[in-house]
Amino acid sequence: MDTERQHGDEPHQPSPTVWPIGFAIGIAVLLVGLIVNPLWLSTIGGAIAIVFGVLWARAATAELRGRTVEVEPERRDLPEPGGDGAEAAPPAAAGEAAMPLPAPGERFPRNRFLEGATLGLGAVIGGIITVPVAGFAVLPSFLKQKKSTVDLGPTTDFAEGQWYTTTFIADPAEGEVSRRTAFIRNNGTATVSGAQEPSFTIISNRCAHLGCPVQANGPSGAILGMKNIVQHTKNGQVTLVPVVPAGFGCPCHGGQYDTEGNRTAGPPVRALDRYAFSIVKGRLILESRFSVSHVDSTGAQAKIHKYKSVGPGEHVDGLEQILYPINPPHH
Amino acid sequence: MLAVVNYPLDWLEERSGLIGGLRYFLFRKVPSDTNWMQTLGSATLTAFLVQAITGVILAMYYKPTPGDAYKSIQNITDDVTLGWLVRGMHKWGASVFIILMFLHMGRVFLFGAYKYPRELNWVVGVLLLVMGMMEGFTGYLLPWDQTAYWATVVGINLNGTAPFLGPWLAQFLRGGQEIGADTLTRFYSLHMLLIPGAIFALIGLHLYLVVRLGVSSPPWSKEAAGMERDGHPDKPLRRGLTRPAPRPAGGRD
Repeated sequence: MDTERQHGDEPHQPSPTVWPIGFAIGIAVLLVGLIVNPLWLSTIGGAIAIVFGVLWARAATAELRGRTVEVEPERRDLPEPGGDGAEAAPPAAAGEAAMPLPAPGERFPRNRFLEGATLGLGAVIGGIITVPVAGFAVLPSFLKQKKSTVDLGPTTDFAEGQWYTTTFIADPAEGEVSRRTAFIRNNGTATVSGAQEPSFTIISNRCAHLGCPVQANGPSGAILGMKNIVQHTKNGQVTLVPVVPAGFGCPCHGGQYDTEGNRTAGPPVRALDRYAFSIVKGRLILESRFSVSHVDSTGAQAKIHKYKSVGPGEHVDGLEQILYPINPPHH
Repeated sequence: MLAVVNYPLDWLEERSGLIGGLRYFLFRKVPSDTNWMQTLGSATLTAFLVQAITGVILAMYYKPTPGDAYKSIQNITDDVTLGWLVRGMHKWGASVFIILMFLHMGRVFLFGAYKYPRELNWVVGVLLLVMGMMEGFTGYLLPWDQTAYWATVVGINLNGTAPFLGPWLAQFLRGGQEIGADTLTRFYSLHMLLIPGAIFALIGLHLYLVVRLGVSSPPWSKEAAGMERDGHPDKPLRRGLTRPAPRPAGGRD
């Protein structure tokens, strides 16, 4: 009988063995010994572990080495009828008729309720977890976008009629990574509703095509013997580099602009963005950025067609503006 | 001696069925006239695994902050033993992965292997292609040099010019109004966790469908499509091109 039994016909039941317990004790002694007495206690523990480990390995591989393994089959003993308080089951024929067997595929209210409860409860738990996580992933990009102003130092640093490539740190908390550039020209004064007010042209260097940094097309002021001006304000090191531009050009895709920021060539869809400004105690303060479709006239007489700040490549006027009906919150 | 090898394998098979599963996966029947071109999918998978492994190791040294990112890249390239090699594998392997995806896609297209019943696997493959391109886009920022920074500015702003939701998508990708520390950490997380996870899952689905539907024969195959290869050639079956065998009706119950 036993000889006919094919390998794999019956599940292997590993025979119970005490060797792993001895092995575990040996390891425990070894570890304690490492703290208490590495020389003696650890050696003893190691020896115990090795001896029991070998015995355990031999027991585990007994079958592999061709030794017959005595496996005691697992049994569930039935309670003896009438014995030890257990009532004998009544014969099948006694009592009322048994419940009919359910038809294949038949469903019961309890069955449906449990299924619905499992799915519904799972959905509720999933929602409770997903909603805040999804909000955390998406909302911070749009909420609490802070508006900051930039102190560029005394207005007297900006000689009248001269362009300066001005770099500054837009958000001191963010650090050097928020260093931005603007082209600034002091236009002297402009007449606004009868009063004389200071006028500055402040153009952002971000191309209105896809946001690359435009450069001044022209030499730096060094050829006129002008020096760079370096200030330290709350916006880090503010550097004013005098420059003599004939316009502005973008190195990425060749967008070209005149000195008022109007597009003259290339792919940009509008003029360069500008910064609003104020003058507080004689210092030039940059306010928020705004977008510009185009600028008529120049300098202090310029008529700027202003729009809310939008991203590069977005049309602010003409037919295409309907493609960008709602913009995310900007400062 | 053979028993020493077989014993642990039998032990594993008896308790998990994994060995049989692996055999089922590896020793499938394929058409007799399969072509070297049909190894491009496996090559793409290998390229992805190289990216995954080298990427895990690079993540041990890379620091995704504006102040440290470029320095840590320099450290990997110049100081860490064999760092130049692993970074080089990841950098050039990225291109290899993208190129192989396109070659594999071209092979499937030219062989007509996207046709019934494999349309769904083409769709899964296209999703994998999109995920691969997103890996390229998010990984490009991580060296945090001038090229990386401005290429990402342009890439995000390109997304921003999409009609209607474009500006919202761009601001989501930047993690705010301007590219900064949040953009770098967000791209790092997308690049090493979210997108690779999605790619692994989609590859699983892709391979499942390959195994289920079988490998298609080349278009020049002399054996007519829609016939059982190792069965009854006079009984055309509109059921894939070669495999699988029909499932027994009724299932296991």
